[in-house]
Amino acid sequence: MCPQHITTKERLAIPRQEMPSQSPDVRNKNFKEVNLGYTPELARKEALRCLQCKDPACVKGCPVNIKIDQFIKYIADGDFLGAARKIKEDNVLPAICGRVCPQEDQCEKACILTKKYTSVAIGNLERFAADHERETGNVELPAVKASTGKKVAVIGSGPAGLSCANDLIQLGHAVTVFEALHELGGVLVYGIPEFRLPKEIVKQEIEGLKQLGVKFITNVLAGRSVTVDELLNEEDFDAVFIGVGAGLPWFMGIPGENLLGVYSANEFLTRVNLMKSYQFPNNDTPVFNCKGKNVAVFGGGNTAMDAVRTAKRLGAEHAYIVYRRSEAEMPARLEEVHHAREEGIEFLMLMNPLEFVGNEQQWLTGAKCLKMELGEPDESGRRRPIPIKDSEFILPIDMAVISIGNGSNPLIKQSTPDIEVSKRDTIVVDLNTMATSKEDVYAGGDIVTGGATVILAMGAGRTAAKAIHKKLMGIATHE
Amino acid sequence: MTFALIRKARKSPLSYEIKKQMHKIVSATFLAENIKKIEIEAPRIAKKRKAGQFIMLRVNQTGERIPLTIADADPEKGTITIIVQGMGKSTKELNTKEAGDTISDIVGPLGAPSDIENFGTAVSIGGGVGTAIAYPTAVALKKAGNYVITINGARSKDLVILEKEMKAVSDEAYITTDDGSYGFHGFVTQKLQELIDSGKKIDYVLAIGPIPMMRAIAEVTRPYNIKTMVSLNPIMVDGTGMCGGCRVTVNNETKFACVDGPEFDAHQVDFKNLTDRNKLYLPEEKQSAEAFAHKCKLQ
Repeated sequence: MCPQHITTKERLAIPRQEMPSQSPDVRNKNFKEVNLGYTPELARKEALRCLQCKDPACVKGCPVNIKIDQFIKYIADGDFLGAARKIKEDNVLPAICGRVCPQEDQCEKACILTKKYTSVAIGNLERFAADHERETGNVELPAVKASTGKKVAVIGSGPAGLSCANDLIQLGHAVTVFEALHELGGVLVYGIPEFRLPKEIVKQEIEGLKQLGVKFITNVLAGRSVTVDELLNEEDFDAVFIGVGAGLPWFMGIPGENLLGVYSANEFLTRVNLMKSYQFPNNDTPVFNCKGKNVAVFGGGNTAMDAVRTAKRLGAEHAYIVYRRSEAEMPARLEEVHHAREEGIEFLMLMNPLEFVGNEQQWLTGAKCLKMELGEPDESGRRRPIPIKDSEFILPIDMAVISIGNGSNPLIKQSTPDIEVSKRDTIVVDLNTMATSKEDVYAGGDIVTGGATVILAMGAGRTAAKAIHKKLMGIATHE
Repeated sequence: MTFALIRKARKSPLSYEIKKQMHKIVSATFLAENIKKIEIEAPRIAKKRKAGQFIMLRVNQTGERIPLTIADADPEKGTITIIVQGMGKSTKELNTKEAGDTISDIVGPLGAPSDIENFGTAVSIGGGVGTAIAYPTAVALKKAGNYVITINGARSKDLVILEKEMKAVSDEAYITTDDGSYGFHGFVTQKLQELIDSGKKIDYVLAIGPIPMMRAIAEVTRPYNIKTMVSLNPIMVDGTGMCGGCRVTVNNETKFACVDGPEFDAHQVDFKNLTDRNKLYLPEEKQSAEAFAHKCKLQ
C-alpha cells in the first residue's frame, strides 16, 4: 500500500500490529529482552494505521509533546532515520521511553482510534525508530551552540539528570553530571531489569551525551562527597540541578520484616540488575537463591512486576504477586501484568500481609495474610479493601520482596537546609521552572514528585534546563 | 528549537567502555598476618571525611561493593587509609593489591560522622581490626579535650595493630590478648570492668569490633548507664541510602546503617537480629572464598 494513496477506510482496516516477543516459557528462564521490536515491514504497516489528525490529541497526551503524527508519517514513508530525528527534537532517550513509558495512559490513550478501534502502537513505533537509527550505526548528534562560559552541575544520572544535561549542553553550557553509584543511568540501570530495558541501550544513549561534551563523574554522593553549596561556591558552578531520584524503600512495619529472606524491591533489583548477581559467582555479589523456592512480591506497581518476573527468572517454583486490592486497582502497566501472567506469575489479589513468620534460624517460612473484599471508594478513588473476618492463613514462602514505594533520600535535606522540602521530604519547586527555594538550584524527577515515571522525570529535567538557560543568560521570563 | 545535525556519532555500538578515574594505591603494607594497611588516592574523600565515616569500595568490574571504615586521611596528599582484614573473597582479593595497583571504585565519605564532644573521660575499645576503625574516633575524642583511654584487644601478640598510634592519642592505653601473649590476659570487657571497678568515672564508651564483643561491652556498661556507642557492620549493597539492605533494629525501630549510622547507641541495638542477618549469604561467601583460594593456588 502506498502511504500517499491509502484511504481512511483502508487505514482503519489494518489491525494493530503485535509486538514480536520471546515466547513466555523461554523468556522466563533468561534475562534477555522480552520484546524483540518491530521489523521494518511491521513498523510501516502499523504507521499506516495513523489517521494523521489535523489536531493530534496524542501529542498533547505526551508529557514532552513529541510530534507523534509527524514521526509516524516518516515511518509510513519508509524514512526511518527521519522519524528518529523528529522524535529526538523533543525526547533525548527514545529507545528507553519507547520501552518503558506507560503509553496506554498517555499518548495512546489520547489516540482518536482508541474510541472505536485500538490505538496506534505509538510506543512500539518510537522504539522502532530509535532502534533502527542505533542498530544501523546512524545515530546523529545535534549541534552544540557556542560556549556560553557557564557551568552547570547535574546531580544524578537518571532520566531527569540525563535529559537536563542534554538540553543544557546543546545550549552551549558546560555540564558535569555527578552520579553516586559506579554505573551511569540511575534507575535505568539499578531498577529496571535487563529483560525490559537492555543496559547496552542505556550505555549507548549516555555515550551520545558524552560525545556532545557532557562530563560524567561516578562515585560522588551529593550531600556526603560534596554539598550543593560547595558545588556553587567552591567548584564555581553557576547552577545546580538535583535529580537524585527516590530514596530509601518503605517497609510495611509488620512483625518479621527483618527475617532472613525479606528484601525490599530496591535491594533485590539492585543486586540483580546493577551488581549482576544473576551471574554469581562470576560476579561477586550474591542474591537469595530462588531456585525451586516460593517467592512473594508485595505490591502492585511496575517495580513489583519487575521483581516478581526477576524471581521467576532466577528459578522460583512459585512467584506470587500479593496485592491488597483487586487487579483493576493495580498501578502497574497493563503490558507488564500481561507479560507477567504469560510467564507464569501467580496473582494473589485482595490479600493483606499481617506478619512474616520464620524458623529458629530466623529464615522466612511464610507470610500470615488476611483476605480482603472491596468496599466503598477511598480518597484515591479506588475501592477500599476491607478485611474478611477470620480469613487469616499462612502463605508458605521462602523469600518476600516488599515493593510498596520509596521515601526521599534525606542527604540533600540534611546538607542543604535552605532548600524547602514537603512533609514527605520531597523537594518543593515552582513547576513552571523547577526552581527550588534556593537561588540557582533546580530539582526534578522522583525527588520532587515521589515515585513516578521515566518520562515525567525527563520532562522535569527539560523544564529545568530551559529555566536554567534563561536565568544564566539573563533572559527575562514572561510567566 | 533548531536541530541542525552536524556530525554522526561514532559507529561503534558495542565498543562502548566507561572511562573511569581509577584510584591508585600509594602504599600497602601488612600490619599483622592477613591485616593490611592500604593508602589510596581519593582526594575528594580525603578532604571531606570525618571520624566514623566509611567508604564503599569495589575492587574491580565484577566485584562486590564492600563497606570499609576510613582509618585515616591526608587531605594535602589527597589520600585515605583503610585497614583491611582478609575475611571473604573481596577483602582477600583487596589484600593482594600492592602499591601502584588500582581500585575500580570508591565512593564516600558515607554514613554520619561520630558524635564528638568533650564527654570527660572517654574509653575507645577496639577488637581485632576494629581497632583501626576506633582509631580516628579516638583521635577526634582527644582533640575535643577528652581524657582518652584506649583498650585494644587481639587474639594474640602478633595480631596487635596500631599500638604506637593508639598510645600517641591516649592518656591511658591498654592492650589485651585472649592468650595472654601480650598485655592484659583476657578480653576487652574484662579490662573495661576492671577500670570501672577501680572507681574510675567513665562518661563515654565507643566499642568497635566483632558483634559478640560489642554486645558484651553493651552489657558491661548498661548497669552503670554509661553512654556507649557501637559501629555496626550489616551487609550493604549501595551504601548511599537507596536499597534498604543494611537495616538494623535500634530501639525497636528499623534504621539504615548507611545513612542513620553506622554508629548507634549500644544499649538500644538488637544485636541478635544483626548477627542473624549477617548470616544471609554464608554459603555463597564460602563458595566465593573457596573459588578464590583455588585460583590463587593455581597462580
